[in-house]
Amino acid sequence: MNVWLAHHWHAFVLALKRLAGAPIGNLLSIIVIGIAFSLPAGIYMLLENLQAFSAQVSGTPQLSVFLEMGADSDEVAQIEGRLKEHPQIASFEFIPRDSALRQLTQDNGLADLVDGLERNPLPDAFVINASNLSPAALEELRAELQKWPRIEHVQLDSAWAKRLDALVSLGRLAVLMLAALLSFALVAVTFNTIRLQILTKRDEIEVSKLIGATNGFIRRPFLYFGAIQGMAGGVAAWLIISLGIHLVDDELRNLTRLYVVDFPLYHLSPEDSLTLLLLSACLGWVGAWLSVANHLWQIEPS
Amino acid sequence: MISFSQVCKRYPNGFNALKNIGFTLEAGEMALITGHSGAGKSTLLRLIAAIERPTSGSIIVNGQNVSTLNGGAIPFLRRNLGLVFQDQKILFDRTVFDNVLLPLQISGFDSRAATGRVRAALDKVGLLDREKARPITLSGGEQQRLCIARAIVNRPSILIADEPTSNLDADYAKDIMMMFKSFHQVGVTVLIATHDVELLRGTPLRIFALNHGELTV
Repeated sequence: MNVWLAHHWHAFVLALKRLAGAPIGNLLSIIVIGIAFSLPAGIYMLLENLQAFSAQVSGTPQLSVFLEMGADSDEVAQIEGRLKEHPQIASFEFIPRDSALRQLTQDNGLADLVDGLERNPLPDAFVINASNLSPAALEELRAELQKWPRIEHVQLDSAWAKRLDALVSLGRLAVLMLAALLSFALVAVTFNTIRLQILTKRDEIEVSKLIGATNGFIRRPFLYFGAIQGMAGGVAAWLIISLGIHLVDDELRNLTRLYVVDFPLYHLSPEDSLTLLLLSACLGWVGAWLSVANHLWQIEPS
Repeated sequence: MISFSQVCKRYPNGFNALKNIGFTLEAGEMALITGHSGAGKSTLLRLIAAIERPTSGSIIVNGQNVSTLNGGAIPFLRRNLGLVFQDQKILFDRTVFDNVLLPLQISGFDSRAATGRVRAALDKVGLLDREKARPITLSGGEQQRLCIARAIVNRPSILIADEPTSNLDADYAKDIMMMFKSFHQVGVTVLIATHDVELLRGTPLRIFALNHGELTV
């Protein structure tokens, strides 16, 4: 156990020394990895934000049922009765046209405009929460209610949110493909860095083999190097995204305030950040492993 | 203990480096291998450390059959051998101390115990005051002593040296040979390929003479 720890500690320290030994070259590699990774990670972060935004704006999907302007209180009561008995409807709220107008005046500061109206242009309405929130069930319910008498229009409030969701999942797929491609780039960068290292460490590797180093002993510092460089690249990507958020956040807030929501841009969640770092470390490790497996056997003592 | 039995080594180009070699060197013995260049001295030593494999025959080192040892076991065989190479194989990118430390890092010593051992090994070869020096600043004799320190730091039971005095003038060469003799006197099995048999005149030891790949004594 102590020997095992000593070996790993030795490999880890050696990897750090090698990193520090060629600071400029290694820094450039790390920045390249960071830029490559900031692309998919940044787009992913934006998609997460877009989804959070759509959830914040749309909430749970509701059906708005607008009655015809001429509907009287008996007809309203009749519709209310039917809604109560309908099995697909979890709850509903009646919004009389007068209170709808009042709310419009208060919420959106349209008092002047409303004052200028001769009469209330708003119809009576029901806002319905369906018991089954699947898109198909909602659409079916909407079509059914639309056919009832004295109902002018039934609107599914979440339709645009659903379209956004579909776009987001399409975006996710694109991110996944981008991430897969750039992962190859990371593996390739590490592969090459380690290849050069092996070439310059030729003497050391040969001597080590001659005096009893196992392949594992020789391989380990390179693997640590790859993993550390990969993870440093992940950190660089994270920092690039942070910088991006910092630069964009104020402007974005100004923009979203125009749509009456205050929406700060969120950074990657701790879980996603951790995934980013682990993934980049793993890919660095894989690149180093491939390189070592490809080049180490060529250096045999002779 | 090192034991060769019917060992042949033929290179892919058809050259027969060793022909039907058989001898046994008991634990604690000291022996020289002599012969003209190309007689197979280096090849014989390299077979012991499994740097090369015999074409046929068996080689027993410390009870292990080296000729059939699998690749994974070779490093552990080498850790029990102290090897001094003909071309020295000093690493010039690190200090004298770090050169001698390398075998201990490979064996997984913790750094405090390793430091003590490295100093002891450097002390034995008289390089303790040069531990922070770069190998390039050492004289030829000092570089050779550095190689010996690296070979003995693991306290091996067998010490193998290939032409350790070839590039040294007579005084330095004598120093080096006396050093090997002192290791032999504390019980280490020593096997040296050399031209300079005269240097150890008066010391009881065995001499294996190689001629065109064949043992003549």
